[in-house]
Amino acid sequence: MNTTRILCAVVLMALVTYLPRVIPLALFKNKIKNRFVQSFLMYMPYGVLAAMVFPDVFASTASFVSALIACVCALVMSYKKCGLMSVALSAVGVVFVCEYILSMLGWV
Amino acid sequence: MLKNLTFSKGVRDGLPIALGYLSVSFAFGMICMQNGLPAWAPILISLTNFTGTGQFAGADLIVAGAAFAEIAFTVLIINMRYLLMSLSLSQKLEQKMPVIKRLAIAFGNTDEIFAVAMRQNGELNFTYMMGLILSAFSGWVSGTVLGVFASSFLPASLQSALGIAIYAMFIAIIVPAAKESKPITRVVLIGVLISCVFYYTPVLSAVSKGWVIIISGVISSALGAYFFPLKEEQK
Repeated sequence: MNTTRILCAVVLMALVTYLPRVIPLALFKNKIKNRFVQSFLMYMPYGVLAAMVFPDVFASTASFVSALIACVCALVMSYKKCGLMSVALSAVGVVFVCEYILSMLGWV
Repeated sequence: MLKNLTFSKGVRDGLPIALGYLSVSFAFGMICMQNGLPAWAPILISLTNFTGTGQFAGADLIVAGAAFAEIAFTVLIINMRYLLMSLSLSQKLEQKMPVIKRLAIAFGNTDEIFAVAMRQNGELNFTYMMGLILSAFSGWVSGTVLGVFASSFLPASLQSALGIAIYAMFIAIIVPAAKESKPITRVVLIGVLISCVFYYTPVLSAVSKGWVIIISGVISSALGAYFFPLKEEQK
């Protein structure tokens, strides 16, 4: 594969990744006063994250069952306000154990 | 409040992100090698792009021999959601922060760093953001390097398990906030509903995830802002 071609493509990719990240940060230095915009920006992270997680989380591991159980575990632990790290590690652990059991049963 | 946001808190807050990144960037490095790219390519991409979906799509197109315009356009579409996130983040940074520091932070405004940064109390300073970004970035780059050079290093079972880490972290960000606030709960449920409609409806499922995130995010938070505008003291 041509080295120059790959390099050019990588530079282009870096550019179109950086531009949407940098333009608003460089332009909006002052606080926006409009109440609707302020409210919109406060809610936005949650709307965006919710759409990122569901339903994609159920396809994030080797089996739907392990993802579902780990997801429920993460929901319960988050509701009890466990930290990000413990929720993330527990979910990884639950998937690992679930898939081990499922493979023992010959279901995966 | 601001005194708590130190560099080392940033590094610590970045650790769960780095953990989640390991599996994603590991897969990225591995797939690039399997597709016949030279070893330096995925590492350079991770060093300069620092984004998930965009890198996968871009590398795919490079391998497929796509035109530069197609590569640029596809990756740009996937990354349009960052406009929203950066706009939101711009309002959360210290107002006196000089532009040069904002330019540096912009490089690290990934979905996950954005999510963790926005849940902090008060305004964000440069030092905290650098800790957060460097910590997550090192996970991203080292995962890529591992994927490139040691494809057999992580057993498949562990790779599968790590795949859920980022989602679990997002859940841990959403749920406590939703528990405290009815409006946020509604915004979250609307976001999930719209995303599911796109995912499970035959024709709509052709819409790329980047657009689905933008559409769900804009509609759910616009509804939230319209029906539950912030009161003065919440600003």
